[in-house]
Amino acid sequence: MVHIKRLQEDGADIIAIVGEIDASSSIELDLAIAKSVGEGFKKIIVDCQALEYISSAGLGVFMSYIEELKDKGISFVLFGMKERVLNTFSILGLADLLNIRETKQEAKKLADELSV
Amino acid sequence: MSYQYKIGCSLNNLKGVREFIRKSLEGHDVSDLETGAIVLALDEMCSNLMIHAHHCNPDHFIAMNIHIESKRTFVFEIVDDGLMFDINLFQEPQLDNLVHEKRKGGLGIRLVKTIMDKIEYLHEGGKNVCRLTKTV
Repeated sequence: MVHIKRLQEDGADIIAIVGEIDASSSIELDLAIAKSVGEGFKKIIVDCQALEYISSAGLGVFMSYIEELKDKGISFVLFGMKERVLNTFSILGLADLLNIRETKQEAKKLADELSV
Repeated sequence: MSYQYKIGCSLNNLKGVREFIRKSLEGHDVSDLETGAIVLALDEMCSNLMIHAHHCNPDHFIAMNIHIESKRTFVFEIVDDGLMFDINLFQEPQLDNLVHEKRKGGLGIRLVKTIMDKIEYLHEGGKNVCRLTKTV
């Protein structure tokens, strides 16, 4: 259903989501973000280029971390969403609560700016 | 035109539900974005039912019927025999409360209400029928 890959680039933890996030697979996303936060990364970038679908279970995972990321001073940026995936965030107004960029380059730049 | 799909209440079956809806809407002149929103709303309804009314018991079944009433109006029915939960009676939480309380739930119902035009509940032949209508 979903594969989550993590790699580190220039001090940022990049979490790549491949596949679909629904009620059966949102736990995988939750665990990946929890690990990244637990390992002390100050910049977390989520690569959504291969994210084909997300339901509210996945959106809820992102929502549930907003406060903790803020408290810990972690910059958190998503990038590369397909239009239909971005639409899901927009329907709920979540696009305004999260940092979303089109390209990896823009995402890294924003993560750098936010972590200063 | 009508389509029907029956599945056991396992969250692993949600992918099949989404594929069934996408296939059924193909060739009916629904945009990708609208199809995506409809698939999302029905995924939310099915996962809610599986989790809350059937405790993810794969031996419990729910059925989905799709009726295309006119060129632009689609009626989706989800039929089951669990406890009925009328989302019209559920006050969905505010977004800032969800963020503050670090809650992961409550977003699905907001999505369904935003996407669908009408949500009705009926009893038919001893079953619960949730009927969702969408005009595209």
